[in-house]
Order: sequence, then C-alpha cells, then structure tokens
Amino acid sequence: MTGDVILQTRDLGKQFKKRWAVRHLNLEVHRGDVFGFLGPNGAGKSTTIRMLLTLIKPSEGDVTLFGRSIERQREEALRAIGGIVEKPDFYLYLSAFKNLEIVGALSGGVKRTRIEEVLELVGLSQRASDSVKTYSHGMKQRLGIAQALLSDPELVILDEPTSGLDPQGMKEIRELIRHLAHDQKKTVMLSSHLLNEVEMVANRMAIINKGELITQGDVGDLLDKGEKYVIVRGRPATKLRATLKKQKCVKKVVSRGEECEVTMSFDDIPTLAEALVTSGIEVQALIPRRSLEDYFLSITENESKL
Amino acid sequence: MRRLVYYELIKTFLKKRTYIGFLVVLVVVPLFVIAMKIEGGRFLQMTTRSLQQDFLFVGNLFNGWFVAFYMMNSLWIHIPFLISFVAGDQLAGEATAGTYRLILIRPVSRARIFLSKYYTTGIYTVSFVGFLGVLSVGLALSLLGHGDMIILSRGILILSADDVAWRFLVGYALAAWAMLTIASLAFFFSSFVENAIGPIIATIGVNVVFLMVTVIPAELFQTIRPYLYTTYMDLWQRVFDDPVPWGRIGTSAAILGGYSLGFALIAWSIFRRKDILS
Repeated sequence: MTGDVILQTRDLGKQFKKRWAVRHLNLEVHRGDVFGFLGPNGAGKSTTIRMLLTLIKPSEGDVTLFGRSIERQREEALRAIGGIVEKPDFYLYLSAFKNLEIVGALSGGVKRTRIEEVLELVGLSQRASDSVKTYSHGMKQRLGIAQALLSDPELVILDEPTSGLDPQGMKEIRELIRHLAHDQKKTVMLSSHLLNEVEMVANRMAIINKGELITQGDVGDLLDKGEKYVIVRGRPATKLRATLKKQKCVKKVVSRGEECEVTMSFDDIPTLAEALVTSGIEVQALIPRRSLEDYFLSITENESKL
Repeated sequence: MRRLVYYELIKTFLKKRTYIGFLVVLVVVPLFVIAMKIEGGRFLQMTTRSLQQDFLFVGNLFNGWFVAFYMMNSLWIHIPFLISFVAGDQLAGEATAGTYRLILIRPVSRARIFLSKYYTTGIYTVSFVGFLGVLSVGLALSLLGHGDMIILSRGILILSADDVAWRFLVGYALAAWAMLTIASLAFFFSSFVENAIGPIIATIGVNVVFLMVTVIPAELFQTIRPYLYTTYMDLWQRVFDDPVPWGRIGTSAAILGGYSLGFALIAWSIFRRKDILS
C-alpha cells in the first residue's frame, strides 16, 4: 500500500557540455514505496540521484521532496532523507563510529545511542572502533546504509547498494531493504541495473535508458503488461513443433530451429512440460519470458556490446 | 558552526599529512640550532668580516635571538610549502576520497561547510606558525643564550636585549597573517581540482614566481610588483626595523588580508556551484 507523493521530479534534466545525461525525467515516489530505479550502466541513474541529493545542479526542471523544492528549500527538503551515492566512501583513517559522528554533526547532531543503534542494525557494532580502511567492501556498503539511516530519515535513497557484493552480501542487503520498508516503514528508492533485484524488493519501479524515462508504475503491472511467452527448447524439433501446436493451453507458436517461442499462460507450464515428456520429446529448457524483461535485456545487452 | 569546525579539526588533525610540517620543523629546527651552536660563531664572523674594519663588536652578538631571526627566513618558501600540504587538501582531499558524497547531501548549507573548512585552514596555519615560533625561539635561546640582537639584512642594526622579545611575538603574529594568504591561495586552488597534489604544486609555483618577480631588481617587474602579494609579505621582518614602520606594516597587513579574502571569495564562488562528480 503506497501513499502520497513524497518525491517528484518535473522535466528534470542535466546537460554536460553538449550531451544530455538526463532529460525530461518525471518520476514519482510515493510514501511507503520500495521504488526500483532501473537502467543499464550509463543510463543516467546516478546523475539523477546526484540531482535528487543536490550534489549536482539540474540544467532544467525541478525536484520536490516532501513538497519542498530542493532549489529553494534545500536544507528543509534534505532533513528527511538519507542516501548513498555510488560506492560508499568514508574517511578511511577514522573509525566507523567517528565517521558517523561527523555525518551526525552535519545532520544537526545525533545521539551516541542512535549511532550505536544503526551500527547494530547493519551488524557492525563489533567493529565500530576500527578504522574504516580495515573494512571489506561489503562492510563499507553496510556502513553506507548505516550513515543513510543515521538521522532516521523517512526516505532512503540507495544507489546500486548491492554493487560489487558477493551473493551472500547481496542477499543481506536485500533483506535489510525489506526490513527498512516493512518493519521501519521507510520509503526506499533503490537504483539498480538488475531487473530481478528490483523485482525481488520493489513494489514500484521506473526504467530509464539514455537519460530518458522508458516507463514507470507498479512492478507487477509492468511485468504483467504486454505479452508473456515461453521459450521451449527440445529434440526432435519437428516433433516438438507438432506437439506444441496440439496443446490446448498454447495460443501461438513461432518456430526458430530447435527453439520455439510459445505464447501461453505461465500457469500452464507444468502441464505443457508433462505433455512434451509424455510425447517422447527430449526437453532441454522451458524459459518463461515477458516482453518487459526482453526489452530490458535488449537494452542491457546493447550496452554490454558497446 | 562551532560543531562543524570541531569535526573539521578532528578530520584535519587525525590525518597523517597534517603532521608532515610539524615533523619537518621538529627535525630541522633542532638540527639547525645545534649546527649553529657548533659552528655558528664562525658564521657570524664570516658575515660581519667586511664590517669588522669599521666597527668593534663587543659582547655576545651570536646568541639565540640572532639564530631565531635567521630561521624566520624559512617563512618565504619552506613554510608556505608545508602549509600548502594541508590547505591544498582541505577541499580537493574530499573530492579525492569521494567524501563530498558523504557530506554534501546533508541538511547543512554549502556555505557553512565551506566556512568551517576555511576556519580550520586558518587554525592550522596559525598553530603551525606558532609551533615554529615557539620551537625556534625557545630552542635557540635555551642553547645559545640571549643578549643584544644584531640584524644584518638591511645594513647593520643592533637591538638591545630588552627590546627584542616583543618583536618576535609581533613578528610571528604578522608571519601567521602572511601565511594565511598562502593558505588561502592553496585553498582557492583546492576548490576547483579533485586531487590535492595540484593545489600544492600550483601554490608553490605561484609563490616562487611571485617571489622572483619581487626580489629581482629588473625595471620590467617594477610595474607589476605592487600587484603581487609577495611584495607585502616582508611585514614580519619590518618589526625588526628601528623605528618600526607601523604605517607600512599596517598597509601590508591590510593588502594581504584583501588577498586572503579575495582568494577565499573566488574559492567560494567555485565551490557553491560545483557539480560533485567524484
């Protein structure tokens, strides 16, 4: 369940020399959202987040946080926000505790007990007095989340929080985000270049590419929107095609060599699998696909080819 | 603001590079004073050889005051170099470390962050010059004793022993004021780069070139000399003139203050609009 709009961008844009990194961006984050901000590397996610957190000045448009323009009421607008921008960097020669004290002082002052509380939350209590230069990347990432939560903000903006982490570290961060959203009732904006990561934690999302908004809405609606189909790989190919065409649950079959693209409901996948095996087909793969996923894969694949 | 300055001081004084200057002074000053104690008498004799035909030097002129004054010459090049280490790192260091992203997303204005850093630079500069003064004067006096002070920089001047201590006190205060101009220059360079090495090199480069223009007696340089801050940096030396040219010292101090303010204002105009991309 999401509430009123607490973050809004209107025609937001940033131009570096002649190149527009972000243009005509209209985003809306509602109270209570876990908002996934998705796009391939270089799509403009970090530039957008830097504009939201006033690190860079927009070339056009405006950002409103809790109804306040970040241009005209910057301090008031930032009071209820915490964030990490790209990789979390700290004063490496200082302890985690001292780093948080500094951040706290810049946020209007926080009590010692609050620093202990956030360190406990991210599991760094035991290492609080160690200098940050002795921390692993995962620990720095967790300390980054701790500093973002220090002033108990209503909105937490996390830029690629799982970047560079091992699978266990990624899982821990995802659990922490769920905990923030469900138990601490925070609104979380999370940027990522991984659709499945956003799908796992977010209820709403926006997709950005080449600085422009592609789509935005409920994660479920966006993923359900458009055609769903199943890629079926099996041998022999002729028998596979014939068997598929006979199935009641199959609406359309497009053949591509040993692979067929089958338009059908995902609920019927077990029935189809059973029918294919019974017909003596050697099934190699059944891959459910959605058009949005395809679209996202195509833009990320293009990106990786560059 | 006090809290911000406090944490800036913590950040600055818990950094190793802050102590490079203190360490250099701690090593070089005792070495120099000990060397002077061993061979210094000969040094004074050599310096005054041409004058000994016309003057009769009586008493202990080679003393702690003489050596302490001699060491103040490090305020032209060496001390500015060491000050730029810290002043040049104040803003650029945050960019290098990526910590702008940590501090500039807080509900505190850039103006307050800038001011707290500038104040911290000032506090460091004054404490460093103060440290140099206390160590060099203290050590020189304790190892070489005191007496009348001979000054050979502009002709020959001998100040009586009871007329010297206050001159060192005021001299070092004015030296700190002059060093604030150097610190402001490094701070200004620090505002538009993302690596602290650049501001250090730029500050030293500018200082050396300006000093050359100031001291080389060429007609060509006469017209630009009044516009260079180095022309006014000798104010601490002037306290050792007799009579003290207070009017000239005041003018130099005001001009150096203007330079410091100018450098700080340009740095601010860059910092307030700076896009943080590091």
